[in-house]
Amino acid sequence: MALSNRPLSPHLQIYRPQLTSVLSITHRATGVALTLGLLLLVYWLLALAAGPESYSSARELLASWIGKVVLFGFSFALFYHLCNGIRHLFWDAGWGFDLSSTYASGWAVVAVSAALTALTWIVALS
Amino acid sequence: MAEFLLPKNSVVKSGKTFSARDGAKNVKRFRVYRYDPDSGENPRTDMYEVDVDACGPMVLDALIKIKNEIDSTLTFRRSCREGICGSCAMNISGTNTLACTKAIEDISGEVKIYPLPHMPVVKDLVPDLAQFYAQYASIKPWMRTQTPPPPDGERLQSKEDRVKLDGLYECILCACCSTSCPSYWWNGERYLGPAILLQAYRWVIDSRDESAGERLDDLEDPFRLYRCHTIMNCTKTCPKGLNPAKAIAEIKKLMLQRSL
Repeated sequence: MALSNRPLSPHLQIYRPQLTSVLSITHRATGVALTLGLLLLVYWLLALAAGPESYSSARELLASWIGKVVLFGFSFALFYHLCNGIRHLFWDAGWGFDLSSTYASGWAVVAVSAALTALTWIVALS
Repeated sequence: MAEFLLPKNSVVKSGKTFSARDGAKNVKRFRVYRYDPDSGENPRTDMYEVDVDACGPMVLDALIKIKNEIDSTLTFRRSCREGICGSCAMNISGTNTLACTKAIEDISGEVKIYPLPHMPVVKDLVPDLAQFYAQYASIKPWMRTQTPPPPDGERLQSKEDRVKLDGLYECILCACCSTSCPSYWWNGERYLGPAILLQAYRWVIDSRDESAGERLDDLEDPFRLYRCHTIMNCTKTCPKGLNPAKAIAEIKKLMLQRSL
């Protein structure tokens, strides 16, 4: 029997998404988003340094509806990554590994990051 | 780099349907992964309709019934049928567990059965566990000592030291946890995975073992230990209710403590 020709059993295709894995991959995704978002921050600072004209065009871009959507996503990524990062710190100290604690802290991260994002935008838009 | 899609020879096609006999009142559908190494064809999923009124309560009972009465070519591992041997570990309706301890009635709708994920398939539900066992051997899972044992008896252990092994010694090495771990999927050749790391921890904290330092030296590696990102799929899926993620965290803590 040719060993190398053995098929690989299905993995991502069949494994049920669950809070554990979904929050984990979201942490990775928001980390990537934050890195890309830093470029946006640099763009904003460069525009600021380059004078009033470029700054006002940057403001216009960021205040457009597409700019707001991007900033909304960036703010959620920031709060989610922050909250879940704190969850990871507790894990690193050896706390919260029971399944019930893991699920409670997981839902707490979702709730708190959503609330902080909402609060930020309520303040920003009011 | 992680391959998120299945290789060409592993893509699953749809297969045959075996309908229940007329008169069966309580029919449950089992969709089962099939791979025949002699056919040269891709894996497929066959559908078996099983009369659960005439079947035992567990998924393993249904598999045995299928093999006995419907399709004798279906291949799977099983032995103890009571959750202590670990042979019938497989992916049932999306999560890894033991077919012998998973009740059919706990699964709503169709029962989907696949081999343990991201493993080379020997046939049907039988994965090749050679690498898993080689990784187990690599942690030297036996008591390593320098001092001779007491001349008049065994090496004794206090009750407190013995309690430290609870939640670890119960591991049956079924590989459910390791094959539920995305890190193990993408880096299984270098990352030891939750089952083996739980076993490693079991020896590190055994008061009778005298090689904890060496054991930690062996684990001190960006891949062997530190590919664990606390995803927690392992603890979620363990059919014995153990906590491999916690054991791995304890190893990481010991690493930190000894470096301070």
